[in-house]
Amino acid sequence: MKIKLKIWRQINAESKGKLVDYSLDNVEEDMSFLEMLDLLNEELILKGERPVEFDHDCREGICGTCGLFINGRAHGPLAGTSTCQLHMRSFKDGETIYIEPFRGGAFNVIRDLKIDRSSFDRIMSKGGYISTPVGDAPEANAVPITHDQAESAFDSAACIGCGACVATCKNGSAALFTSAKITHLAKLPQGKVESRARVLKMVEQMDEEGFGHCTNTLACQVECPQEISVSNIDRMNWEYNKAKILGKGD
Amino acid sequence: MSTFLENSTLFRKVLMALTGLFLSVFLIVHLAGNLQLLLPPDQASIQFNQYSKFMTSNLLIKIVSYVLYLSIILHAVLSLIITLKNKKSAGGGYAYDKRAKVSNWYSRNMGILGTIILLFLIVHMKDFWYEYKFGSLPMDAEGNKDLFSIVVSAFGEPLYVVGYIIAFVALGYHLLHGIFSAFKTFGAYPSRISSLLYFISTGLTILLTVGFIFIPIFIYLKYHIA
Ligand code: HEM
Ligand code: FES
Repeated sequence: MKIKLKIWRQINAESKGKLVDYSLDNVEEDMSFLEMLDLLNEELILKGERPVEFDHDCREGICGTCGLFINGRAHGPLAGTSTCQLHMRSFKDGETIYIEPFRGGAFNVIRDLKIDRSSFDRIMSKGGYISTPVGDAPEANAVPITHDQAESAFDSAACIGCGACVATCKNGSAALFTSAKITHLAKLPQGKVESRARVLKMVEQMDEEGFGHCTNTLACQVECPQEISVSNIDRMNWEYNKAKILGKGD
Repeated sequence: MSTFLENSTLFRKVLMALTGLFLSVFLIVHLAGNLQLLLPPDQASIQFNQYSKFMTSNLLIKIVSYVLYLSIILHAVLSLIITLKNKKSAGGGYAYDKRAKVSNWYSRNMGILGTIILLFLIVHMKDFWYEYKFGSLPMDAEGNKDLFSIVVSAFGEPLYVVGYIIAFVALGYHLLHGIFSAFKTFGAYPSRISSLLYFISTGLTILLTVGFIFIPIFIYLKYHIA
């Protein structure tokens, strides 16, 4: 199939970027979206031009490194699908495809489609973990927990931190990401212990990074490749209000 | 005050939700009071004027009304702070943007809907609240200020009725997103509770919107057409 591309090109964070037109003639339907970009880059390199830089790592939908704004939507047209899991069969022959970096005040373009998501790491470093050193992995059945509890915690833990929630949010809010991390731990006995201190610190960092207010438009859960539910945000709000009223608890 | 408002994003949203819900509770009471306008003319006139007098003279209600004025101001100020901050946090936006598909238009335009409500409030307060307090109103048979006749004559103007309907439609959409959003801001997390609150929020919104739209139409048809 033949496709036309309009890709955001930008040298660095300081420079102004713009959409640049490309076209590819021998794209196969079974190629992944990122393989299509690899193909484009091979052509660019052969022509002696600078290849398009984009983030990717596992290419199997589990690491959250990839993330492109494709045809006006975070991760493109398919629901529950990260950019690397998107295939060219989702596009029509001759179609024009717009590719832009994820945007948000706290995400800066490093180059072309590559963005700086270290703000997420700084939020995680404020409490996205359990601070007790437990040595080796303990015997799994030592802590009594129901199957439903484990499943529910895992639904929150499934967040891969790709940033699609921020990219699609009209407010550039990181509420879905931050809340998934907070909720995952709040749902488990090991994480519950520090949950009040955790929510206060992680939310403070989220604000410090410059993310916006969540106004519950619910766009984030629609675009999340892992289908993280906004009920995580409700839970974060609950934990936060509780911590504000009752104190940190330590 | 400034450090108070500069608190966390979540805290600001809680204040927004508290003031918004307080305003919504006020609207329930306001609608219930206004339903007296639907009574047979003689009874409606006497009862509505008595009620208006009570609402402006009772001490407890006076205190609540000051909380109400404060809530509107705080709600509007916060909405400005939140909207401006969010614009900045959103980054530059996209050259090609189809995000409108993934959320409701009214959830994205709460500021615009709120501005329509605010404009309406100014006209509404000027025409009834200010008139009642500072204007020279005729007296009814019982010697109470005759607000009833002012209300009835105001809604004799079709454009005025249409203006009210537009404002209430805006209010309806504001509440359709706002009330449920407020509960989420408080942290209504188990999905069963969340579904129940969604049901209550939507029901309350429909009730308020239909109720407020019905009254001016009723008055226009009953007192100015028939
Ligand atoms: C009787 C009048 C009003 C009522 C009953 C009302 C009610 C509400 C409620 C319940 C919320 C939800 C709070 C939350 O999401 O946490 C809300 C949000 C909001 N209101 Fe109002 N409001 C009124 C007037 C106004 C006015 C006059 C303005 C602006 C000048 C305004 C602007 C906003 C904005 C920007 C939001 C935030 C929206 C969001 O979270 O997406 N409102 N309102
Ligand atoms: S590259 Fe790892 S999730 Fe897409």
